[in-house]
Amino acid sequence: MERHTGINLDMKKKKLVEIKNVSYAKNGQKVLLDVNFNIYKCDFIAMIGPNGGGKTTLLKLMLGLLKPTSGSLRIFDETPGKASQKIGYVPQNVHINRSFPITVLDVVLMGKLEPRTKWWQRKRDQDRREAMQALEIMHVADCAGKMIGQLSGGQRQRVFIARALITTPELLLLDEPTASLDTKGKTDFFNILKELNQKISILMVSHDLFIVSSYVKSVACVNKRLHYHDQAEITGDMLESMYSCTVEDVCPVELVAHGLPQRVLKKHDEHEHHD
Amino acid sequence: MIEALQFEFMQHAFLAGLLASIICGIMGTLVVINRIVFLSGGIAHAAYGGIGLSFYFGWPYMAGAIGFSTVTALIMATVTLKAKHRTDTLIGVMWAVGMATGILLLDLTPGYNVDLMSYLFGSILTVAISDIWLMLAMCGLICCLMLYFYQDLIAISYDQEFARIRGVPTTLLYIMLILLLAVTIVLLIQIVGLILVIALLTIPPFIMERHSRSLAKMIIGSIILSTLFTICGLWLAYTYNLTSGASIIMVGGVVFFLFLGVEKALFRFNKIS
Repeated sequence: MERHTGINLDMKKKKLVEIKNVSYAKNGQKVLLDVNFNIYKCDFIAMIGPNGGGKTTLLKLMLGLLKPTSGSLRIFDETPGKASQKIGYVPQNVHINRSFPITVLDVVLMGKLEPRTKWWQRKRDQDRREAMQALEIMHVADCAGKMIGQLSGGQRQRVFIARALITTPELLLLDEPTASLDTKGKTDFFNILKELNQKISILMVSHDLFIVSSYVKSVACVNKRLHYHDQAEITGDMLESMYSCTVEDVCPVELVAHGLPQRVLKKHDEHEHHD
Repeated sequence: MIEALQFEFMQHAFLAGLLASIICGIMGTLVVINRIVFLSGGIAHAAYGGIGLSFYFGWPYMAGAIGFSTVTALIMATVTLKAKHRTDTLIGVMWAVGMATGILLLDLTPGYNVDLMSYLFGSILTVAISDIWLMLAMCGLICCLMLYFYQDLIAISYDQEFARIRGVPTTLLYIMLILLLAVTIVLLIQIVGLILVIALLTIPPFIMERHSRSLAKMIIGSIILSTLFTICGLWLAYTYNLTSGASIIMVGGVVFFLFLGVEKALFRFNKIS
């Protein structure tokens, strides 16, 4: 019954990303194996998995920064490189080039970069207003005039998210966006994401299992292969197959406190895929 | 100082110094923020092979040197793009082999052997007017490209991945940058010597880096600093009859260490108070 309505909803939704049988190997080592995965409009997906499981690789494949060894990717019905301007990307490493002579505002304005419009064609004032708005959404507007190197890791992460926001993306790819945020920052940030999610689809890599289960709509587990779970619950089985350890090993307090053991555990092979 | 300017060779030296400062201010800033100082050193020293090649085959100096260093620069750029972790080793090897090639070819060239010192420290006091025109043309080209690609260059220097996602042709721009660098270095070696090229490329941008609010300001500051170094160095060389290139570098070096010292002292002072 539940699954039936789910499919009906899917039919109405616009498909943004279609990944079919994608494999990726680096130096002969298989990083991703036969991945099938779709992202629809207004999805809010958390991507979890162990280090080296291929999460970042999958994001980079979608962005066209890497080419798949086999299989096909369609992003907004185009090949990955072409459509990457519709994607807002927040990289995992926000600590690059800290002594670079650039202000926070200018970093955000980088999001307005389009090679086809040269600097004399730019609407500077409008761009600047949008950049300030994005910084306000991320609660770092007061840092606009500071040098990027002066900010703390968490503030810089917010700035990078603001930069992704002013690209007016239809899809937001976030690679561990909460890694440098404090607990309060995380809650704030997820509330912001929830709001953005009304218009923008979000795919987020995260190790914050606790927050994941309370905000996202679905979960994708990536460990060479990808398993998609239509619900936001994180089950013991998922953890076991992902991290090859038990629920208690991952985080005995958080998960048990959220009543995980009472949930009905689904197994990967029984699960209906998204498409 | 003023009376020195009545000599034509001093006027030429000042003009050459000024143009070199502008070129180095722009290219040096790009070198420093892209962290390719070692690569520039590699190009400069490998250019020696080109000089040797020119003398051995009797080609004009520019043709051999620009040809040779463009090729080495392209190889270095490819390695940087393809196998980042191997870059410094390979540049180090090409650096040494380029220089050795140059020296061996000069050994094998019959007759008069050029003074190696003049390529290390240059001979800014004997700059020909044709070289000044050439530098002016190069300066114009670099300024135009810099203006046209300003935003793109910031983006690829700061966050290459993001620039690529926004559709900036990062590989092409990077290769353009390296080629411009190769030509710049060869052009300036003849006039100010390869050691002064590296010094002018790195010292002013390094001083400016943490005190500029934008790339443009860093470039302008670097140009002003290099001009100051060049003028002071030339004045010292003229007054005390010293080697011009070495004097300019000495001025830059002293300012650099003074600057570091003052910065440290201020930092301490701020911490205490």
